[in-house]
Amino acid sequence: MSERVAVRKTYKLYIGGKFPRSESGRSYLVQSGENSTANVALASRKDARDAVVAARAAGSGWAGATAYNRGQILYRAAEMLEGRREQFVALGIPGDEVDAATDRWVWYAGWSDKLPQVRGGVNPVAGPYLNLSTPEPTGVVAAVAPAAPALLGLVSVIAPAIVSGNTVVVAASPTDPLAAVTLAEVLATADLPAGVVNILTGRIEETVPSLAGHRDVNALDLTGVADAELATRLEVRAAENLKRVLRPVPAHHDWYADPGLARMTALLETKTVWHPKGG
Amino acid sequence: MFEYAPAPESRSVVRLQPAYGLFIDGEFVDPTDGDSFPSINPASEEVLAEVAAGGAGDVDRAVRAARTAYDRVWGPMPGRDRAKYLFRIARLIQERSRELAVLESLDNGKPIKESRDVDLPLVAAHFFYHAGWADKLDHAGFGPGPRPLGVAAQIIPWNFPLLMLAWKIAPALATGNTVVLKPAETTSLTALLFAEICQQADLPAGVVNIVTGAGGTGRALVEHRDVDKVAFTGSTEVGKAIARAVAGTDTRLTLELGGKAANIVFDDAPVDQAVEGIVNGIFFNQGHVCCAGSRLLLQESVADQVLAALKRRMTQLRVGDPLDKNTDIGAINSAAQLARISELADAGTAEGAQRWSPPCALPDRGFWFAPTIFTGVAQSHRIAREEIFGPVLSVLTFRTPAEAVEKANNTPYGLSAGVWTEKGSRMLWLADRLRAGVVWANTFNKFDPTAPFGGYQESGYGREGGRHGLEAYLNV
Repeated sequence: MSERVAVRKTYKLYIGGKFPRSESGRSYLVQSGENSTANVALASRKDARDAVVAARAAGSGWAGATAYNRGQILYRAAEMLEGRREQFVALGIPGDEVDAATDRWVWYAGWSDKLPQVRGGVNPVAGPYLNLSTPEPTGVVAAVAPAAPALLGLVSVIAPAIVSGNTVVVAASPTDPLAAVTLAEVLATADLPAGVVNILTGRIEETVPSLAGHRDVNALDLTGVADAELATRLEVRAAENLKRVLRPVPAHHDWYADPGLARMTALLETKTVWHPKGG
Repeated sequence: MFEYAPAPESRSVVRLQPAYGLFIDGEFVDPTDGDSFPSINPASEEVLAEVAAGGAGDVDRAVRAARTAYDRVWGPMPGRDRAKYLFRIARLIQERSRELAVLESLDNGKPIKESRDVDLPLVAAHFFYHAGWADKLDHAGFGPGPRPLGVAAQIIPWNFPLLMLAWKIAPALATGNTVVLKPAETTSLTALLFAEICQQADLPAGVVNIVTGAGGTGRALVEHRDVDKVAFTGSTEVGKAIARAVAGTDTRLTLELGGKAANIVFDDAPVDQAVEGIVNGIFFNQGHVCCAGSRLLLQESVADQVLAALKRRMTQLRVGDPLDKNTDIGAINSAAQLARISELADAGTAEGAQRWSPPCALPDRGFWFAPTIFTGVAQSHRIAREEIFGPVLSVLTFRTPAEAVEKANNTPYGLSAGVWTEKGSRMLWLADRLRAGVVWANTFNKFDPTAPFGGYQESGYGREGGRHGLEAYLNV
């Protein structure tokens, strides 16, 4: 009996909960596993803008969801990722990295209803007022995932942004995009509302400048931008509407270490509400 | 209405020198590559003193002094000792508060009742609050041993000269940084008096450096390669330029910029209280307030009633001598600012809004602008979109809470907002939806060192005050 012919996957973008090809019709070739290749969508500037529209549309619903609900969905992402462990290993992601990525979802899932307590509270103002500070999501975050580790780096960029109610458009590792598209399948089955996470594959230099200059993007995470000159250009563009900027992370960064709060807090606004007390 | 007799605060408590140098490394020094310029009283146009304009070389000298002080003295000093210096400064400010308040009103043009009852108490409170943090940073929630950044470059505006200085210097010093501060060129004098207070407190040389000057001095400071942190309060336009200037560097940045706050009045709000809040929101400090309630959103069903009460109240406002204790609205800070306010108000009329001011005699000399409201304002009008930074209120109306939210959020800014309603659930519903860093419900323009202040979107980033404000000066 002849060996079964495998069914190969088409790797597409993830925008607004759907898996479209690039509107430009372009793709690029990457190695898939040991002895096959895949054509991955080469996202255009238009795809990036479409992704911002999807992220903006998802924003108020996701930010308005209860923290409990967001935490459940992030935990569900961990469950889905755990179940697909072998699929990522087959793509060449080390098993340890998949496990760390799964654990990272779990870690961030638990933060959804604790961050407002850790980052907010009552301020003892000198007067008869109730004074409360609470963290709120910044809005739409455009992010560049590190080139490596492709899966853990991507999860480490997405999870801290969305746990507080932000929505993201993320440019995946250009050299290793298959894990990103497969992660999109994880998210699509984790009850994550459409548009909360949007994933672009392709060239950073092509998609990210339009995101950095986009007036409807609130924050720019340059984590994966290795070219210092490009990073500076992007940060300059981000100043146009004063996006919150996370500067690039050095290539030798240890993504397995405790992430701390910094990635979450950089994408939060603090709102302070005053109300008089009176009989 | 009965007449008020003049009730001037004596200015004899202020002893000004004819000219001031730069405060660098604990001493007043002449600029080496700079110039000088007069600082005038905007209420009379009299020259108060000659102030040095620092050049790039002077800025460099100040940054080097701050670096040395950071490396050798202030950085290694235990927090409990830093705290004591800050407590000393707080006490000295309280002791000299009358002198500082009078000088603030002379140099800035704000009414003495505001500099005396609002600015100075808040300045002292800010130093007291942060003094207490200096030896408790391990417990501030940023993990053990949070480190200072180093040398902070701080640029402040002219609307609350001493209060903005306090907002910048107190947290920077409490967290172990040293500073180079540039006051606004029209309001340098209280910062220079503060330099004397640093001397009186025996604050180690170089921990606080004050380099006076205009935009060029500020640019030299922001672009200096040896500053670790830039903190700026001022216009959104300059804030963006600073964000571009520090792009690609390791310099940390916080920005406190413009605003176009909505003050939303619902039909169930107590009218007299709301009117007091509207007046406080836009006429406090001549409207020279980044978080001023400059867009009044009235629910249609009560718009006529509130407007009538507002106009009645505005006829009682006393405009004039800032040193008179009965003055409500003082002088516009500068001729340039007066020109900008006048230009935008003229644009309001040209675009079809209806302008109204109470009958109001303005002094012959100095810079003055009568309290003004515009009705019939559309969201597209410049006076509904641009920050006027003066005593000019744009009035719009709405029907439903959802429409109020939509109109309030229809701005690239996001610094503050006000809500007036007796219904608690509606207030909280609105507070959740307003994209603004500070929401005042049934009050307006309240400040406190424990309460974080700062904006969303193009109103800047970072917070000042509270535990949140410490983070801007710590490596966390």
